[in-house]
Amino acid sequence: MERTKLLLGAAALGLVGNAHAEYALNLTRGVTQLSRDIYDLHMYILWVCVAIGVIVYGLLTYSVLHHRKSKGVVPATFHENTKLEVVWTVIPFLILLAMAVPATKVMIEAYDTSASDMTVKVTGYQWKWRYTYLDDGIDFFSTLDAKSNEARQLGSKINPETVEHYLLNVDHPLVVPVNKKIRFVFTAADVIHSWWVPALGWKKDTIPGFVTEAWARIDEPGVYRGQCAELCGRDHGFMPIVVEAKSEADYQAWLATQKAQTTAKADEAVTAASKSFTLPELMAKGEAVYNANCAACHQANGEGIPGNFPAIKGSPVALGPIDEHLSIVAKGKGAMMPGFSKTLDKVDIAAVVTYQRNGFGNDKGDLLQPSQVPSEN
Amino acid sequence: MASHDSYFLPHKAIWPIVGSIGLTTLLAGFANFLNGAAIGPMMMWLGAAIMITMLVGWFGTVIKESVAGWYSHQVEISFRWGMIWFIISEVFFFAAFFGALYYTRVLAIPWMGDEDSITNEFLWKSFESAWPTNGPGAIGGHFEPMGAWGIPALNTLILLSSGVTVTWAHWGLLANKRSQLIQGLIATVALGFLFVVLQAFEYHEAYTEMGLTLGSGIYGSTFFMLTGFHGLHVTIGAIMLTVVLLRSARGHFSPEHHFAFEAAAWYWHFVDVVWLGLFIFVYWL
Amino acid sequence: MSAVTHEDLHDHHDHGPAKGFLRWVFTTNHKDIGTLYLTTALIMFFVGGAMSLVIRAELFQPGLQFVDPGFFNQMTTLHALIMVFGAVMPAFAGLANWMIPIMIGAPDMALPRLNNWSFWLLPFAFALLASTLFMDGGAPAAGWTLYPPLVLQGGNNLPFAIFSIHLLGISSIMAAINIIVTIFNMRAPGMTMMKLPMFVWTWLITAFLLILVMPVFAGAVTMLLTDKFFGTSFFNAAGGGDPVLYQHLFWFFGHPEVYILILPSFGVVSQIIPTFARKPLFGYSSMVYATASIGLLSFVVWAHHQYTVGMPLAGELYFTYATMLIAVPTGVKVFNWVATMWKGAMTFETPMLFAIAFVVLFTFGGFTGLMMSISPADLQYHDTYFIVAHFHYVLVPGAVFALIAATYFWLPKWTGHMYDERLGKLHFWLTAISVNVLFFPQHFSGLAGMPRRIPDYAVQFAEFNAMSSIGAFIFGFSQLIFVYVIIKAIRGGQPATDEVWEGAAEHGLEWQLPSPPPYHSWEVAPLVK
Ligand code: HEA
Ligand code: HEA
Ligand code: HEC
Ligand code: CUA
Ligand SMILES: [Cu+2]
Repeated sequence: MERTKLLLGAAALGLVGNAHAEYALNLTRGVTQLSRDIYDLHMYILWVCVAIGVIVYGLLTYSVLHHRKSKGVVPATFHENTKLEVVWTVIPFLILLAMAVPATKVMIEAYDTSASDMTVKVTGYQWKWRYTYLDDGIDFFSTLDAKSNEARQLGSKINPETVEHYLLNVDHPLVVPVNKKIRFVFTAADVIHSWWVPALGWKKDTIPGFVTEAWARIDEPGVYRGQCAELCGRDHGFMPIVVEAKSEADYQAWLATQKAQTTAKADEAVTAASKSFTLPELMAKGEAVYNANCAACHQANGEGIPGNFPAIKGSPVALGPIDEHLSIVAKGKGAMMPGFSKTLDKVDIAAVVTYQRNGFGNDKGDLLQPSQVPSEN
Repeated sequence: MASHDSYFLPHKAIWPIVGSIGLTTLLAGFANFLNGAAIGPMMMWLGAAIMITMLVGWFGTVIKESVAGWYSHQVEISFRWGMIWFIISEVFFFAAFFGALYYTRVLAIPWMGDEDSITNEFLWKSFESAWPTNGPGAIGGHFEPMGAWGIPALNTLILLSSGVTVTWAHWGLLANKRSQLIQGLIATVALGFLFVVLQAFEYHEAYTEMGLTLGSGIYGSTFFMLTGFHGLHVTIGAIMLTVVLLRSARGHFSPEHHFAFEAAAWYWHFVDVVWLGLFIFVYWL
Repeated sequence: MSAVTHEDLHDHHDHGPAKGFLRWVFTTNHKDIGTLYLTTALIMFFVGGAMSLVIRAELFQPGLQFVDPGFFNQMTTLHALIMVFGAVMPAFAGLANWMIPIMIGAPDMALPRLNNWSFWLLPFAFALLASTLFMDGGAPAAGWTLYPPLVLQGGNNLPFAIFSIHLLGISSIMAAINIIVTIFNMRAPGMTMMKLPMFVWTWLITAFLLILVMPVFAGAVTMLLTDKFFGTSFFNAAGGGDPVLYQHLFWFFGHPEVYILILPSFGVVSQIIPTFARKPLFGYSSMVYATASIGLLSFVVWAHHQYTVGMPLAGELYFTYATMLIAVPTGVKVFNWVATMWKGAMTFETPMLFAIAFVVLFTFGGFTGLMMSISPADLQYHDTYFIVAHFHYVLVPGAVFALIAATYFWLPKWTGHMYDERLGKLHFWLTAISVNVLFFPQHFSGLAGMPRRIPDYAVQFAEFNAMSSIGAFIFGFSQLIFVYVIIKAIRGGQPATDEVWEGAAEHGLEWQLPSPPPYHSWEVAPLVK
């Protein structure tokens, strides 16, 4: 019975190898040479195991069916056979050798990050990714898209089926060119994460304080989705990865707009930083910043998670002197509260501080202007 | 295989449950203390008191039974094996910390500090691998490393001599020379406590003058955790030997029956060997 | 000549157990303590199982229906810790206590007081662990592997969880010492090492593993504690430490730990199959050597759990080769079991059914283990449900089936009553089928890209998760039959003979004692030919 199940399962695995079912049964074959090599290795070892399984389970089943007391069998008395025992020690060993050789080849390939065309630095944060294009100076965060985020809240009543790419979509995908050897370097800002896109064939842990690397050369334009694969806290399940592979021309176009936007944003930030905002303006902006950056820990309703993340609602900090509040937001506090001076601009910081002081029924009444946010912090 | 003349089986044990309650109270108290709960210290004292009662009670019972001659040769063999495997488990506890020292020195720090390493290139450009170190973040601030040739070398001498004196005491016991036994033990215990006092002095020096603390990055962490756990074991060993000394004075041991002495002596040798490892890998190299 | 002296022999002649609840608190009797362990393990199995049902209920459909993601992570963490340290390990310790003295012809364990303490630390350890559920910030939520820096973000739970692990470690080490000493020093005359029943051999190797790895785990969590509260930098790069150091320490413990869970299972199955095949165990000495090889190899393969942390290439390759090698001695065991059945005269009572299912399904889990040992392939498999499927196949139809088989096998010996064979068979079929419904689909969701330790998932994984959850509930509730069968056999039933199973007397000393055995198992040592 178990045997039939195994065979059925194995057959199913083989059959759907290339089929495009809504749900896949087998490993992703992927869009890089490396991922296909890994896929082939996977299929090879799978079939070897199936073959051994057929033999072992076959003999076992035969024995169970035929060597029964109810069939009047008189039990044999043999209890060893050196020749046989040597055989079934040596043969598996040889089979393993036959697996180890291709495994070694593929592993060497996976580790060869030399001669790359470009480098992207990936930093894991709780719970978002940051992508830095080291050659082009582009730098942005990538978080779960708003629709999934809304639908995934406990008791949201939104049917996930109605959300396109539920939990596998982000606001800013990583955009890369096809047919270029891209070297990825990984690190993390807080805890360990793991960057995994099945279509690229591997995952790599991102470790705070250390750098790991991997590479990919994508040969088909397309959108490839993956997820964080190392438990990184409460929202580990909600930090997807989207890679958009574009043709060289499209990629260059994208690059140009990004660069333009980066400069424009910087200019805008400079002007905005000297502008004076009204309370409602700051509150509106602050809410957006808060929900994108703070709600993961302090919760959208500002109540935090007792014991882990302090409430903002009624917090002595949010109701206390504004300087201290600003300093915590900008510089962080303890091991868990990150400083935002490097990730948010002055307007965002001013807005989110203002929002925390006046939202959630805090009604402190004061506000912080971007110009009051000290620069070099 | 041991002969099966007779095997002592206690019928009822009250001390284990007392020990469980005591240890749990102690640890729960400590946990509360670490979390800043006011009840912590009180629970710790209570737990410690229960533990001491348990130890006195349990060992007292065993000593009584031993003196009453209820333990056959086979029972003593059980005790011996038990002690040997207990010591081996202790060796592996230290192995975890030696492993941490090895790993960080040989692997992690070069990854952070060697120029051809990507971690160095992207994160810790200005850090150069070296030992001792408190890491690229210079955690704990400036410190002076502990040299090998002052107190530590003296302590090596002390522990090695104490290994000799305890063996000399054992010879005395085997030859039924009571005064040699007792003198040997007194010397061993004295050397043991001297070691602890010198180590306390060394720690004081480290904290007050060298800026070297438990928080001095990985060097401070491995230094204090390794030497600290070792010091704790020296203290335990010295207490064990003190009890053995008192029992020797009462004439509890004979050349044939002296498991407690052997156990304490083995433990002492184990502490000795660990120290040699410490001296070489923590202080010297 | 009596082989036993008691402290109270000197005043009165009471050989039976004391009365009342305190009997269980103060007992030094190996069978009493075995019973305590087994009962605790069964309760913990339900507690840990109930937590897994929380997991499976939440994963029944995409979207978050029942629990907060933080609580989900707490459930995953506690489920694993409780199943491993609360259910499977104590259950095997219980079997060891009950059976080893009987199987080697001893009156009791070598160190009876220590034995009592080994057990009585457990309830306190679990009380500490369970108390974290009621704290601010809840229970630890970093997975059973407790990786820093994540685990250091826990609230008040951290020191309690760590001390709980220390207590569990002390308990396991003392139990292991006791088992080794008993096997070395308490064997009946003529019971040479190469005559030891396989169950005893496997436990001996397991006890070595425990003594060598539990202290390392204790050391690792101690470093977590000092990193969090005393400013050390073991796992903090800025201070010169490395979070991955913890992983090496953990898996130096964790990998042998999984063999700690499976070796005694091998032993149980090696007792059961010959009995019901009415044939001696095939290849006894190769079984012994295979067990020892697995034990040795288990110390040098740990980093196959860390293929994705960015080890140097040489490390990846070394750990790949070393891990693959374990298939050889394990294969020897599997082949020996099949050869034992070959040309036997088999009957299929419940213990045998579970043992056969063990061989089939454990081997299946072994195959996926082998696939994961191939490091390049594991770059895909790692931290997906493929892993979850692998280890549940070796743990549930592996270790847990062996435990269930052992219970049915020895229950008549323990209680003196035959269990209800009809209910046993019903239990078997429900369990064996549902366990596959529960864990087989997880291979598919894993391969298709579902990460583990997530409370919610993309919709393409919905079908397989729904199947798995249905399987989980059927599996879980089927275990209530098991409990019922046990209680029924304790309360009464057809009296068991000494031999219990036809021809069993040839397969071990335990079948030569009455059912149930006398309070001091072998007051006079048997002579083993
Ligand atoms: C009882 C517990 C148990 C057992 C016995 C095993 C057995 C094995 N395990 Fe498993 N494993 C776990 C419990 C167990 N494992 C757990 C709990 C985890 C996850 C931990 C976590 O992350 O939380 C894990 C994870 C795990 C990983 C890490 C995966 C990852 O996280 O990326 C790997 C990788 O190599 C692995 C490999 C193996 C191998 C090679 C065996 C081998 O021992 C299997 C050997 C058996 C066979 C191969 C079958 C029989 C052999 C034959 C019939 C002979 C012929 C066969 C051939 C020549 C192929 N296991
Ligand atoms: C021996 C160990 C063991 C055992 C027996 C089990 C048994 C089970 N496990 Fe477990 N599991 C682990 C060890 C084990 N597991 C480990 C190590 C992990 C990894 C954790 C981590 O990632 O850190 C894990 C993780 C894990 C996951 C992944 C969670 C995640 O990644 O987020 C899942 C999900 O399906 C799961 C499910 C189950 C189920 C359904 C069972 C079932 O077999 C359980 C069946 C038993 C019952 C259901 C009990 C019956 C209860 C009732 C009938 C309820 C009635 C209640 C009362 C009467 C009180 N387990
Ligand atoms: C990764 C989790 C996390 C994120 C994201 C986060 N915080 Fe915090 N925050 C914390 C923790 C933990 C503390 C408590 C720190 C301490 O006391 O050591 C904290 C403390 C604070 C405090 C002080 C509250 C008090 O009562 O002590 C303020 C104000 C604050 N955070 C604001 C913010 C703002 C604004 C953002 C987003 C722009 C943000 N936090 C994002 C985890 C987080
Ligand atoms: Cu980031 Cu999981
Ligand atoms: Cu392993």
